[in-house]
Formats: sequence, C-alpha cells, structure tokens
Amino acid sequence: MSTNGSVIRIIIDGKEYLSRSGVYLIDVARENRIFIPTLCNISGVKPRGACRMCTVSVNGRYMTACTTPVSEGMEIKTNTPDLHDLRKAILEIMFVEGNHICPVCEKSGNCDLQALAYRFQILVPRFPYSFPKRTIDAENPLLVKDHNRCILCKRCIRTIKDEQGRSFFAFRKRGHKLEISIAHHLKDHLNKEIAQRAVDVCPTGALLKKESGYNIPISERKYERTPIGSEIESLKQSVIGDQ
Amino acid sequence: MKDLFPDTADELEIGEIAYQDTMIDTVNAIIKKYDHNPTRLMDILIDTQSEFGYIPPPIVAQISRTLNISIVDIEQTLSFYHFFSAKPTGKYTIYLNNSVIANMMGREEVARTLEREAGCKFGDVSADGLIGLFSTSCIGMSDQEPAALINGKVFTRLTPFRVKEIIRDLKAGKRLDEAVVEGLGDGANAQPEIRSMVQNNIRKKGPILADGYKAGEALKKIVKMKPEDVIAEVKLSNIRGRGGAGFPTGMKWEICRNAPGEEKYIFCNADEGEPGTFKDRVILTEYPKMLMEGMAVAGYAVGAKKGILYVRYEYTYLQQHLESIIEGGRKKNYLGKNICGKEGFDFDIRIQFGAGAYVCGEESALIESAEGKRGEPRDRPPFPVESGYLEKPTIVNNVETLCSIVKIINHGAPWYRSMGTKESSGTKLLSISGDCKYPGVYEIEWGFSVNDVLEMVGASDVQAVQVGGPSGTLIGPNEFNRTLSYTDLSTGGSLIIFDKRRDLLKDVVMNFLNFFIDESCGSCSTCRNIPVFLRQKLEKILNARGVQKDIEEMLEWSKILKASRCGLGLTAANPVVTSIKNFRSLYDKKIQHGKDYDSNFDMLIAVKESCDAVGRVPQMS
Repeated sequence: MSTNGSVIRIIIDGKEYLSRSGVYLIDVARENRIFIPTLCNISGVKPRGACRMCTVSVNGRYMTACTTPVSEGMEIKTNTPDLHDLRKAILEIMFVEGNHICPVCEKSGNCDLQALAYRFQILVPRFPYSFPKRTIDAENPLLVKDHNRCILCKRCIRTIKDEQGRSFFAFRKRGHKLEISIAHHLKDHLNKEIAQRAVDVCPTGALLKKESGYNIPISERKYERTPIGSEIESLKQSVIGDQ
Repeated sequence: MKDLFPDTADELEIGEIAYQDTMIDTVNAIIKKYDHNPTRLMDILIDTQSEFGYIPPPIVAQISRTLNISIVDIEQTLSFYHFFSAKPTGKYTIYLNNSVIANMMGREEVARTLEREAGCKFGDVSADGLIGLFSTSCIGMSDQEPAALINGKVFTRLTPFRVKEIIRDLKAGKRLDEAVVEGLGDGANAQPEIRSMVQNNIRKKGPILADGYKAGEALKKIVKMKPEDVIAEVKLSNIRGRGGAGFPTGMKWEICRNAPGEEKYIFCNADEGEPGTFKDRVILTEYPKMLMEGMAVAGYAVGAKKGILYVRYEYTYLQQHLESIIEGGRKKNYLGKNICGKEGFDFDIRIQFGAGAYVCGEESALIESAEGKRGEPRDRPPFPVESGYLEKPTIVNNVETLCSIVKIINHGAPWYRSMGTKESSGTKLLSISGDCKYPGVYEIEWGFSVNDVLEMVGASDVQAVQVGGPSGTLIGPNEFNRTLSYTDLSTGGSLIIFDKRRDLLKDVVMNFLNFFIDESCGSCSTCRNIPVFLRQKLEKILNARGVQKDIEEMLEWSKILKASRCGLGLTAANPVVTSIKNFRSLYDKKIQHGKDYDSNFDMLIAVKESCDAVGRVPQMS
C-alpha cells in the first residue's frame, strides 16, 4: 500500500470526502467527525486490529478501520444496521468473556468499555456469561493487573517499553486461554511515569495504580460528563472535510 | 489436562528439581549457534526443548539476559506453541493425535491402553518420569491412524496390542529405534536419513508425481530465460495456490518482483496443518528435490536469494533427509552461487521448523513464526509480497504449487492448461482419509466429481464428505455430483469420508469445533470466543436440551466471525454452518419441539456448592 500522501477521493456512508492516501481509515473518519468505535486503537501507535470494534465495510468487505489505509475510490460504510449489531455483539463478547463488575471498579466512568456499552445501550448480553476464574497480579510495587477486567486489546503491550526497548507486557498462551503477563524482572525499570502511562492507555480497569484511587469523584468523570464519541462528533469541520 | 505453562511455583516443582546449572552452558552454545539473533528465537527454543525435553524458567531467564529481550517476550513465543513446555514432559513424550479420523480408527482404545500401561492420565507424566501422555491435533498421518509422535518419531496404525509392546520396550530401556517392530515404510521412508514406519500410500500418479523427474532440468531451462519470461510462463499456466486459498501464483510473483527493495524471500509453506491433509508430507518424503528446484525457480523469477522452507514440527522426523537434499543440491550447483553457471543467480534454502500451531499455515502468521514470534496473523495490507519476512517482499507458496511450477517450466504452460478445467488448470493432489478402502494420496485433474473420487477410493454407504478439512464444507450425497475446482468445491486437498455409522454432530462437528478452539491464536475477540459459545450450544443440543432457537442462534452467532482477521477465524464456524445447512434433520432430531426455550438451568447443579458447604440436601419438589 503506497503511503505517498497524494490527495484521493473516498466515499464514506454515501458522501464523498477528500483525504491523503495511506492514512488509516479510522483517522480519516475522525477528522471528518465520523465516530468509529474502537477499544484497541491509539492514535500514533502502530495499529493491531485486536478488538474488531472498528470493523467497517470497505467495497463490500469487512475490514478494520484502524488497520486499513485509505486509497482512491474506496467505498466505505461505517454504520449499517448489520455493523451496528456486529459491534454490539463484540462488546457483549467482552462483557461475558471477563468479569466486568462496573459498580466496584475504580475505572467506572473513565472506562471505554463501559462507555461504549452505554452508547450501544447494552442491557443483557446475548451470550452466556462465562464467569472465568481469573487472578489479580499485584506483585509490581506501582501497578495492579486485574485479569478479570482485561480485554486483551494489546495497548499496554504495544506502547509500554523500558529505556532499552524491552517489553513490560506480553501475551501469554493462546486462544481462549490468552492472557497478558507482566515482566516482573524489569520492575526496577518501571518508574512512576511509565506506570501512569500504562494506566492511561488501558481502556478498562485492568491496569490500576497502587496507593491512589478515586481522585476524580464518581459523577464527575470523563464519560459521565460527555458520552464516548461525542468528542469526535462535535469536532469542528476539518480543512479537507466533506465536499 | 495439566497446564504446561503453570502459574504457580508449586506446579513447577518437578522443573526446579530437574534443573541443573550445566544446562546454562548448553543453552549458551545454542544461542551462539544462532548468532545471538532474537529473530531466530524459534530455533533457539526448539533446540533447547529438544536438548532438555522442556524449557524451565531459569533457562528462559538466561535466554532473556543473553539476547537482551524481556522474559515476557520469550514466554509469549514459548507459551504459544503446542510442543514447547516449561516443565518436564517425560523421558518419552507421547503425543497422540486426537483428530476426527484418529477417533474413527480406534484412538479411544489406544488412549486408554496408553494410560493403563504408562500409569498416568493424558496431560500428565508417569511417576517415574519415564512417559508423558499428551494429545495433539492432526499430525498429517490421516491415512494411517491412530498415530502418535514419540519424541518426534512417528508411530502409525497403533492398536492396543502395539501400544503394550511399545510401552513394555520403553520400560525395559530399549531405544526408540528398537521399539519399531513392524518394519519401515515404503520409498524414502526406509532410507537411513528417515528410517520411519510412515507409508506414502501414493494411489494415483499424475504429471506432478510421475516417475522420471530429473532434478535440475527446469533450472537449466530458466537460466536461458529472462526472469520476466519465467513469470509470464507461470501466469500463462493459470496455476493458483494449492494450499487452499487459490491466489493466482503468477500474479503473486509479479507483484513481489515489482516490489521495491533488493532483499526478497521465498517461503515454502510446508506447515500442512489442516486436519486430513498429508500430501505435502509425501512430497517432502519422495519429491523434495522438485520442491527445492521450484523454490529456486521462484527465487530466480522474483529476484530473491534466500529461501525458507517452513516445515511443521510434526515432520521433524524428515529433518536429516531434507537437510541432506539441500546439501546435495548445493553440490550439484542447483543451490548456492551462480546456479547452473548463471552469473548472479544465487539462491539458498534454510529449514525453519514450527512448534505446533495450525494458524502458522496462514502466510503472515508463518512469517511471524519464522521471525521467532507468536504465530499471530498480521493485519493486511501490507501483504507479504510487499512487506513480509523482516519487512522485505516475500513470496509464500505451498509445497504442491512449487512442484507444479517445475513441471510447468519443463513441459510448458499450454501442456499444463490442457489438463483440468478452464478456470482450474492442471492437477491437484488429494489427501483422502476416513471410511474408504484405499486412503492415501491421489493426483487428479481438476474437475473430478466427488462421486468419481468416492468410486476411486472404494467408499460405500457414504453419509457425508468433508471437503477441504474442518475449514471447508461438509456435504451430503445430494451434492456428490459437484466437482473439485476453484469455481465449485475449492479445496486444499483434504477429503474425509464418513459412512453411515458415524455421528456427524457428536463425532465430527464437535471435534472440529474443539480443533478451532485449541488452535485460535486468540488475538481477535471474535475468534477467541464465538467458537467457545458455539460449542456450548452444540453440547446443549447433544444433551437433548436444545430448542429451535439454539440452532437459529448458532447461525446468527457464526456471522460475527466474519469480522475476524484471518482465515482461521473466518472459517471456524464452517463445521456448524455447513452441517446445519446440509444435515438440518440431524439437529432437528436432537432438539425439543414445541418449546420456546430451555435455559439449560439445572437447580441441582446450581445449589450443589452451597448445599455441600452447609451439609444440606436440596429439596426438589
């Protein structure tokens, strides 16, 4: 895929837009005030397409908007009834796969998963709860890893490294036994600043800082003030916006 | 089954006791052999596992220190592959295949005998540490099941009697070689480099498997051609990828040739993990020179100097054989520098073994694996032809595709196109197994009907045929007139035959679902979970608790998998979807009619734990 940055035309939900070729579709959509939900994508970090929430239809095929660079003539549908239901199903998968008990979670109100569940008006998941037996890893002096709340989005794996580029986090095992492990032998390299970043990139309450919590009171938190997606949908029209 | 990657120190006890400081020197030597190169982590782990039988935490820590990568980055690879273990798996590690065909051919009795004779359950090691028993997905021996790997050596056509003999011999301290009492297989299987009891079972030869192949003929021909003309010939032949996906090979080569960059790679995909497939194993055994010549032709055509033959772990018994063929190729100047006297035509091959992961048959997962990582498929674009191995343009071709190319070069594209059908030119190797008189490898022209196949292999009373392995289609007699081709029944070559004795839902669909659950890399939320939900539904139906709605929901939920990244996720519901489509009556017979729902809720089970705790007897009115 060429990333030469030439100006191209694409069609999103029936409207024509100008963009630069090679830019990821999710970013093009964001610039144009179209919210495509995601749980694993972080702007500026190489995408992974792990959560599948941003699945859109590109020329009739399902693709993840976070990993697909736009190219000339692409016809994209971001929000058909089928896609809406698909994303809702994926959210439900995540709720039944782990143990997400929002009322007792420090991240409540700041949690992307919870906020998306509200946006998609999830009441009862269609899938059976699995209530897995999962552990909490509190060995690190600064961080707590609660596997119950982990949605395996790989954000921490992809972003948090030490000064020599070594990983603090990695996948372990595979399939439905997949989990994230912490490099305890590198704990001296994981300073407060890195710990804070790890907590910040986690879309749920799976990574929390020790010895602090509830700094922002319930009811004043990010998604309690403005629903998820509204920050994009209320953006000012971008320079290369719709025609 | 016990976890080979335990979470707690207690479970690691055996490992800690068996661990010795001298192991560090050995592992250092292994790392040095691979130039301290982290992208060769797979080889480092394979050699370490082969040396000690397991890879305990102190060794992982040593590899981490020496390569200066995090322990978790080693564990992510280590814990991904089925054949790696963090704790001892016995002096003799027995992996018994649990594919549907193995079960049909009597695996259950063999497994129970193994447990009895070894004195331990599956997933465990005998108390004296002599024997470890484990299950594994299809090992590519579907025409000679039940089969097992013992320390990498293949044992086929196992019976309870044979198992008793083998375990008795191992307990008596005999070497594995001596435990083979039923002689060696046919062809190259009997040669000193292999010495295996595996049978080729080649039942029908066509132009690819024909006798009289002379190594080097194609190379001598192409060195007189321009690389572009080689690609043109391949395009003209209309050949498409034989691994199952069917991408036009010539086009793949052309894109890779035109991709910017000097350094390019040719991969041969010999991962052959689709249950029921074994034709690549036969090529690796009998026609490896042809395969390597095909790789060199590809190298010449696209301008690649390095080839990697990625072979599944299950075929490590062929390692010495394949290495000696490569060495022979170098001596004859079919590999190496200035091949066949052509200035600048350099190409060499190294073998990369896998370590047990079906998903590595997906080309980008295969590349990740060869880079020493977890076999997680990549996001595409970019495609490997533009950015593949070490981010260089890379071709990944199936074993059979590369062999076919050699014949196309030798005999010309028009000759090749004269076989098969208009859209599907040439021939196809089929791996046929299950309920038939003559299981084995057959080379047919595309366009053969399923009926022709069944007649050819001596199958009668056929209830269903699984075309293309678990990721393919389960069809019934009303579709046996369909033809094998890219436009009708497309297949990588696996055909599994089920006669009327078989319980398709319990024995086949459930086995396939378990296979996909075991083999998912877990990266996509969809593929990690939906097959598990489908299994719960199928269990419910098999337990006579299902209702109409469960069948509808299985179909609905299957659609969610269409949002998965790779072929594994995209096809993981195929056993469910195609069996509901073609064998709906089997489901209808099992469900409760006239009932809207059955929550599967069982009061006795629900209150059992609390009743046990307080010593109460539940009162059910």
